[in-house]
Amino acid sequence: MDDLYREVIIEHYKNPGYRGHLDPHNIFFADNNPLCGDHIEITIQINEDETVKDARFDGHGCAISQASADLLMEFIIGKPIEEVKQLNKQDILDMLGIDLGPVRLKCALLSLKVLKAGVYGLGEASDSLVE
Amino acid sequence: MSLDIKAIRSHFPIFQRETSDGVPLVYLDSTATSQKPLAVIEAMNNYYRRSNANIHRGVHTLAEEATALYEAAREKIARFINAPSARQVIYTRNTTESINLVAYTWARANLKAGDLVILTEMEHHSNLVPWHMLQAERGIELDFIPVTETGLLDLDAYQTLLARSPKLVSFTHMSNVLGTINPAAEIIRMAHEAGAVTLVDAAQSVPHLAVDVQALDADFLAFSAHKMCGPTGIGALYGKAELLESMPPFLGGGDMIKEVKLRSFRANSLPHKFEAGTPAIAEAVGFGAAVDYLASVGMDNVTAHEQDITEYALERLEEIPGVKVFGPSAQHKGGVAAFTLEGVHPHDVAQILDKDGIAVRAGHHCAQPLHEKFGIPATSRASFYLYNTKEEVDLLVNGIYKVKELFG
Repeated sequence: MDDLYREVIIEHYKNPGYRGHLDPHNIFFADNNPLCGDHIEITIQINEDETVKDARFDGHGCAISQASADLLMEFIIGKPIEEVKQLNKQDILDMLGIDLGPVRLKCALLSLKVLKAGVYGLGEASDSLVE
Repeated sequence: MSLDIKAIRSHFPIFQRETSDGVPLVYLDSTATSQKPLAVIEAMNNYYRRSNANIHRGVHTLAEEATALYEAAREKIARFINAPSARQVIYTRNTTESINLVAYTWARANLKAGDLVILTEMEHHSNLVPWHMLQAERGIELDFIPVTETGLLDLDAYQTLLARSPKLVSFTHMSNVLGTINPAAEIIRMAHEAGAVTLVDAAQSVPHLAVDVQALDADFLAFSAHKMCGPTGIGALYGKAELLESMPPFLGGGDMIKEVKLRSFRANSLPHKFEAGTPAIAEAVGFGAAVDYLASVGMDNVTAHEQDITEYALERLEEIPGVKVFGPSAQHKGGVAAFTLEGVHPHDVAQILDKDGIAVRAGHHCAQPLHEKFGIPATSRASFYLYNTKEEVDLLVNGIYKVKELFG
């Protein structure tokens, strides 16, 4: 019916491939979207050559936030951490294949915000990480 | 008498628009803010076109007109809630500011460490956070009237709480999530027997029910214009005269003073004592026009119409597999239906409905503790006002079936 709920998004929401928790892990980070209470946490394992060995997300929220987290985990596995640090808003929108208004953009970017706060080793996830 | 909804809808210019090509607006979000009739828009427009001036001190024609319009609106609002006098109606920005006014003036002058304030578990954040702040500053104690499984206040538990001699009972007249209409007169009577002052958050009740502050015997009552066909940026606080007289002023500045010396001031009389600085004059005029509009329709007619729609909406929503509606049955409830749809996040529900022009709200509706109580992070909420129809309820229900199909 509409672009926002493309099959790929519904599919990743209903049958995520990368939902879970890695133990042990090198990176853990969690945050909420205060507007709607969506929650995302990520665990990441890193290879000696500073590439992503494996990545998982967990949490709850709308289809956009959960599907983008799943797509993001899929995307970063095997990538160098330096490359992960450079990911931005447009990369997420490209993965989702849609354009979003300001309210839903926050849902889509929550996982990237959490991921970047994690890989940069920050105490707090700020919106400026994904602008 | 049933309302002529077609005529009523024609009073609201926004219903002429489409949300996208060929998709009319189905506005089911009046609990967040209502739409505005032409009479309100025109009143504010005319004020700016003809009468704009600052109020109270000017002697020229426009200043006189602006002052008269500003004060006439106050008289209308006072009559609308049956306040004994217009001087007991203080203009504020909104319900939140009205509650904060009481928290910053009456409460700070009267409450000390250990004093008990009773709230309820169904409060909007606006009637929680000001008291949290006072708790942090003063060490007052807070306790809460519990909400039952069916979404009503547990008045037996309230009776038990009253034995602890609270200084203030502050509660919502109607829940913005559950829609529960609380027995305000009884809650106030019980509070007074225990020697407590009462504050009613009437943000959702004054727009939808005939509210009589004297019949309720409310000490304070707070509401906003924008939820009752008026503009944003203005609300009101009603208070009993002796309480308002005894309270220290709120914000300091122009208009709230009788006399200012370099090192001191004397506060103005009511209601100006609480209205520092140039107020929202056009908005006050719009507020008055909104009250005129609702009075011309008749609040009993508004309530009866909403009751009818709400009964129908609950019936239709509950027949959808996977839908759970929160709150009490229609007889205890205003025009609010907060619901969850199994397996689909409320944001997704709201977003998909939006494609069909249906405006509902999704989230915790500024009542996070209440959602926690029911063990859910968020709900979708459809709310109804005098301009909504049963056909719109049908569109909502069809929309929810579409969501189910998509998420299959």
